[in-house]
Amino acid sequence: MAEVISEIDDSIFDAEVLKSDKPVLIDFWAPWCGPCRAISPLVEQLAGEFGDKIKFVKCNVDDNPISPGKYGIRSIPTLMFFKDGNVVDQVIGMVAKSKLEEVINKIL
Amino acid sequence: MKSLDYDLVIIGGGPAGLTAGLYAARARLNVILIEKVVPGGQVLTTDWIENYPGFPGGISGPDLIRKMTEQVKKFNLNIESNEVISLDLSEPVKKIRLSDRTITSHTIIIATGASPKKLGIPGEDIFWGKGLSTCATCDAPFFKDKMVAAVGGGDTAVQESIFLTKFAKKVYLIHRRDQLRATKILQERAFANDKIEFIWDSVLTSINGFANLEKITVKNIKTGDTKELSVDGCFIWTGILPNTNFLKDEVKVDDNGFIIVDSNMQSSVPGVFAAGDARSTGLRQIATAVGDAASAVFSAEYYIENIK
Repeated sequence: MAEVISEIDDSIFDAEVLKSDKPVLIDFWAPWCGPCRAISPLVEQLAGEFGDKIKFVKCNVDDNPISPGKYGIRSIPTLMFFKDGNVVDQVIGMVAKSKLEEVINKIL
Repeated sequence: MKSLDYDLVIIGGGPAGLTAGLYAARARLNVILIEKVVPGGQVLTTDWIENYPGFPGGISGPDLIRKMTEQVKKFNLNIESNEVISLDLSEPVKKIRLSDRTITSHTIIIATGASPKKLGIPGEDIFWGKGLSTCATCDAPFFKDKMVAAVGGGDTAVQESIFLTKFAKKVYLIHRRDQLRATKILQERAFANDKIEFIWDSVLTSINGFANLEKITVKNIKTGDTKELSVDGCFIWTGILPNTNFLKDEVKVDDNGFIIVDSNMQSSVPGVFAAGDARSTGLRQIATAVGDAASAVFSAEYYIENIK
C-alpha cells in the first residue's frame, strides 16, 4: 500500500528529522524536477512497506533553502537517510526500488 | 504448442518501450512491460523537446512521458515495476529472470535505453550529486548566479547548456573538438548566447573541491596546457552507454554494447528484438525510438504468427 508522505519545512526540520526517535528517510525534491516527480510513487510505496520502522518525509528545496543547503544538496532527487540526527546514507538520482530497499534494510 | 506466460515481454519503459506497448496492446498480444524504475527513462531529464512532431510549441520530457503513459493505459497495457536480472535465450521459449520469478515468452523487445557515460576521471564519484550532474532540469536551479561548466558538443550538451544559462551566471562549454556536433539551430542559439564561453579542443582531467565541487581541471589536447576553472557545478554530456549489462552474451552487441539488429529490429536471436537507444544505430532520438518500436512489434507479431 502506498502512503502519502508529509512535507516538512525548514522550521520543523530539526524536530522532525534530527530529533526523530525512528530513522528518517527524507526525499529532497522540487516541482520542476521531472525525475523527482517520477520517483515519488516509488517512495510512497516504500513508505507503505516500511512506514512502521522508518519515518518518511519530503522537503521541497524550492521553498526551503536552508536544510538542503546545510546538507550540501546540489542534485535532486536526493534521498537522505538519518539515524539519531546523523546522515547515514544517501541515494542520488533515479534508482530502482530494489536499490532503495537494499539501503533501507542496511540501516534498519 | 506449449502455453507460455506471454507472447511478448517488453523490457524498458522509455519512449521505445511505451510505443512497443501501445502497438502490442492494440494488436491484442498477451504482453507485459517490465520497467526497472518508473516509465520515462532519459526523457524525464530532458527539459524541452522541440523535434518530436505534433507539439509545435515544444513539450517537456516529463509531460511527453505522461501523455505516452496515459495513452498505453487507455489500451490496458500491463506495466510491472520489476528488474530483469538475466535472459536465457538458448531455446525458442525465452526465459526472462526477474527479481522475484522467471517468466516465459515467445518474443522479447529490449528497449532498455542508455545512460550518460562517465568520464572516468579523478573526483567524478566523489562529487557526483555534489555539483557534478547529468540532469540540468533537475539541478540547474541550484546554480543560480553561479559559475558552471558543461562538457560535450552534441545535441544534449548544447541544448542543456543553453538551459543552464537561465540560471547560471556563466557556462563554460568544454568540447574536445574545435566545432560542435549538435544540430545547427542549437549551435546558432549557443553562439548567440553571451553567457556561454566555449573552451575548444579540451577535456576534463579532474574534479576537485572539499564537501562540494569547487574546481575542475581542463586540458587542451592540442597544446597539452592545463588550467583550473573555479565552478560550482559541472554537467557531463559526453555520450551514453547502453543499459544492456543483463544481456551478457545472449545477443550480439557492438563494441560499445549496443544491440545489433537487422532492418526488422531483430537481434542475432530470432524472436528477440531491440528498439530505441539500446540498439546499435547512428541516430538516437525519441522519433527514431518510437519508429523502431513500431517496427519491432510488427516483426514480433509476424514471428508469433509463424510459430503458432
